[in-house]
Amino acid sequence: MKIAQRIGLVLFALGFIAFIGSLFTSTYTLSNQLISDSANKGEQSAILQDILKNVVDKTYSSKWEFSSKISYEIEKINEFYRSQEEWEKVIYNQKELLFYLTKNSANGPINQEPSLWFLLTFGVGILGAILTNAFSYLGHPGMKNNGIFQSTWKSRGTVGVLLGAFLIVFYILLYWFPHYIAEWALMLDSLSEFLSGNPSSQWFLYGFLYTIAILTMGIRFIKKYRHNKYQMVRTISVMFFQTSFAFVIPDILARLNLPAYDLKNIFPLDYSLFFEWRLDEYLANGFIGYFMLFWSISLFLIGVPVITYFYGKRWYCSWVCGCGGLAETAGDEFRHLSDKSLNAWKFERISINAVLVFAVVMSLAVIYAYITGDNNLYGIDTYKIREWYGFLIGSVFAGVIGTGFYPLLGNRAWCRFGCPLAAYLGIVQRFKSRFRITTNGGQCISCGNCSTYCEMGIDVKWYAQRGQNIVRSSCVGCGVCSAVCPRGVLKLENGTEEARLNDESIFTFGNDGVLKLRDDLDTHK
Amino acid sequence: MSHVVIIGNGIAGVTAARHVRKNSTKEITIISGETAHFFSRTALMYVFMGHMKYENIKPYEDSFWKKNRIHLKQAWVENIDTDAQQLQLSGGDTMAYDELIIATGSKPNKFGWEGEDLKGVQGFYSWQDLELLEENVKRTQQAVIVGGGLIGVELAEMLHTRGIEVTFLVREDRFWGNVLPYQDGELIAKHIKKNGINLVFNTELDIIHGNNQGEVIAITTKDGLKIACQLVGLTAGVSPNIGVVDASNIPTKRGVLVDHYLKTIIPNVYAIGDCAEFYEHPTNRKSIEQVWYTGKMMGETVAQTICGRPTKYMPGVWFNSAKFFDIEYQTYGWVWNIPKENEEVFCWQHPTKDILLKLVFDQTTQVLLGVNTFGIRMRHDVCNQWISKGAHIDIVIQNLGAANFDPELFTAYEPLIVAAFNKKYKKQINLKMKKSGRIANLLTKVLNR
Ligand SMILES: Cc1cc2nc3c(=O)[nH]c(=O)nc-3n(C[C@H](O)[C@H](O)[C@H](O)COP(=O)(O)OP(=O)(O)OC[C@H]3O[C@@H](n4cnc5c(N)ncnc54)[C@H](O)[C@@H]3O)c2cc1C
Ligand code: SF4
Repeated sequence: MKIAQRIGLVLFALGFIAFIGSLFTSTYTLSNQLISDSANKGEQSAILQDILKNVVDKTYSSKWEFSSKISYEIEKINEFYRSQEEWEKVIYNQKELLFYLTKNSANGPINQEPSLWFLLTFGVGILGAILTNAFSYLGHPGMKNNGIFQSTWKSRGTVGVLLGAFLIVFYILLYWFPHYIAEWALMLDSLSEFLSGNPSSQWFLYGFLYTIAILTMGIRFIKKYRHNKYQMVRTISVMFFQTSFAFVIPDILARLNLPAYDLKNIFPLDYSLFFEWRLDEYLANGFIGYFMLFWSISLFLIGVPVITYFYGKRWYCSWVCGCGGLAETAGDEFRHLSDKSLNAWKFERISINAVLVFAVVMSLAVIYAYITGDNNLYGIDTYKIREWYGFLIGSVFAGVIGTGFYPLLGNRAWCRFGCPLAAYLGIVQRFKSRFRITTNGGQCISCGNCSTYCEMGIDVKWYAQRGQNIVRSSCVGCGVCSAVCPRGVLKLENGTEEARLNDESIFTFGNDGVLKLRDDLDTHK
Repeated sequence: MSHVVIIGNGIAGVTAARHVRKNSTKEITIISGETAHFFSRTALMYVFMGHMKYENIKPYEDSFWKKNRIHLKQAWVENIDTDAQQLQLSGGDTMAYDELIIATGSKPNKFGWEGEDLKGVQGFYSWQDLELLEENVKRTQQAVIVGGGLIGVELAEMLHTRGIEVTFLVREDRFWGNVLPYQDGELIAKHIKKNGINLVFNTELDIIHGNNQGEVIAITTKDGLKIACQLVGLTAGVSPNIGVVDASNIPTKRGVLVDHYLKTIIPNVYAIGDCAEFYEHPTNRKSIEQVWYTGKMMGETVAQTICGRPTKYMPGVWFNSAKFFDIEYQTYGWVWNIPKENEEVFCWQHPTKDILLKLVFDQTTQVLLGVNTFGIRMRHDVCNQWISKGAHIDIVIQNLGAANFDPELFTAYEPLIVAAFNKKYKKQINLKMKKSGRIANLLTKVLNR
């Protein structure tokens, strides 16, 4: 068993090395044909062919040199157009252009044998991960958090810091310099063509990596919590929603020429819902387009409050959501890193609600602009607001900080401090819901396991040791506090609203002398 | 303003301090030698196993104490002068008190075994014991644990996670025999063995052998069996840690003697928690109670008295819980290791899994007296009500579902339990279904078909 796990680790490492190595195996030769394939309109193609004539048909062995030449030329011509105020000629899709030009100019083992390389990198890595995970957590089923705080990768040791650094670099490349990882997309072309009929973009690459991370680490999670049905079912649920709704269905929609969106992604997490290009796309697609728009708006307006009333925000955050899905599977081994201090809680309440306000204001501005056709709201350019939102919240917060910092800040930094949908779900959960975590009378021994393993940084034991139920807007209902509690103190449940907030048992349950005294005092008041 | 001084920052002392603060503006000082801040003793094992760090097992953030105006002083109290109402502290300081609460806890029992002071022989109670254990395991491949109680099992599990071969010596013929009934002890014993511990019954420690560096190398049992080991864990119970009152005029027997108000006969001196011993317990319990919950309750109670509302210590229905490797155990009311004459015992055990439910009720009145449960979580308030109000066993059986506290979607064993009960007592009781959580109920049914 141990051997199988070792072999798995070695395979994973080999796959990973091949994966990184694959980025350094190609040379790059641009052709005019490629330029016209990648440019988004005829006019742009002509401009590009003109400015890139010194690059075309030359072979570069350095991706950096190749891409900086191209960017340099594009920057130069853009500056010229700007100075001439020829706005319609300015090349705005520079990032995508660079990505496709690099990807399609690559020449080497990857583009010659993409399927072989797919197997060598993704294939070997996935196999290794599955092997390791399937043979982890052996022994009698039950909570096994042994050695977590002594582990170098789980507790901010050297490996943890390196892993964090790798993830951060990955996100920076993905969002702002995708051409540096173009070879990875190259390997996925046939899969992408098969699903959507289009070659792989960096977003397809990202979706694929995301899905396999949830699936392979989901197996690990299920193995670890195999004594706990709530955990298993919930994990199968996020694995399902990621694979179908987030990954496969949008590609099928794209193949059918329909708006290709993740239908379980809810506004305002799905912050571009009201952007004009999306609204236009929906409205241009007849009944199905209208239906999709109606679906998204009803999820936000009706689905969230109603389902959250009955089940708490967990129905979304730890059963459906993709960000939550990744956090619960790939991020599980980092859940104890969340900050439990009172100050972190104070910060959380400000930051998450501020993002909600930002998202709502941005969307109102965008809708206003769409209806009136006027992009100027009180002197502020609505394009600028959404650009800033996309950069700060959509990319830096949700991606770089939210996931890149898993090994440093814990697995739910985004969900806790930044997600505007979580803020909205949380307000409903706190003030109008049947969900709570019930504390079992006086059984708590203040051991601290529940607080330690709360990924949302809730100091669960603060409530449990007072005999008080836990009703907190941030609770995503993952149920891990209940799983790790050695005394059976915590139970997630939906029940009547009256008994939910109990401030009764500040005294230990069963301390009849003091309880009687308190009752006497109450009646004399 | 009067000054309340508390010796010991365990659960008892800290609870007393918090409730004195809630009910008064008195000045409060907690003196303790072990650690600067209160930590959960019950969680020491998790620090060793790497589930948590010291920081994680502190029930309150460090800023809590200042915010609540509770002074903390890390020192050992060496002597109590009850005439001058003054404490002598290590390092030469003194401290005056108006009211003194002694909450010094317990210490591991030692029975004068030959070799019990060798290096590598230790109890497991304090933070210092944990540090010593970390030191001792460095040279340990085999360990022997002496004494089959709760701390012994925890120690066995801890050592096992570090790959140490553990032999667990128990004097009685079954596990935790002075508390658990036979079948319950058997279940735990099997589970402990299944987890790779060498559990030996009917065996007592005789001698601990050392080498010439003063390190333990083996033990022999009273049957003459010699077992090589580099660590001996002494977990044969604990007794009140009352060295501090030795030289004072505060009366003691095994613990510091107190009345129903937790007062000693010396004015303004109280004792609570593990170190207190009742002249006569206010209810039917033993005169010394050494669990977390009772320490907490005594702390709450004494704070009321000190704040001018004299309150008797009156614990209600007994409850306790523990975890033996992967089996969770809860108990409510009284389940004696040997049933009393008037008691009827209904016991249901899962044919393959380590799950057991035991209900004890009165043969004549049919009223529920106690519950033991292994591998099923039960609701404290429901069991408490049943026992305190004297619920009829049929009502209990009928409403078992309402008492279940397992996480959602877990297999419900109540239908099997009710069927077994009906069969044994020739009754036709129907299990009531829970009203809440219809979808969860349905899903549970589908999943567990
Ligand atoms: C490993 C372990 C696991 C346990 N698990 C459970 C469990 O699961 N459930 C349960 O109910 N109970 C459990 N217990 C028992 C429970 O921890 C004790 O009953 C409880 O901690 C007693 O609290 P206390 O406040 O009376 O004393 P303590 O917690 O012992 O606190 C007393 C403090 O006073 C200090 N002190 C003593 N003398 C002096 C002095 N002269 N000067 C200064 N300071 C002094 C001590 O150093 C200590 O810090 C466990 C105990 C151990 C050791
Ligand atoms: S894990 Fe359980 S016993 Fe430990 S502090 Fe939390 S609720 Fe209390």
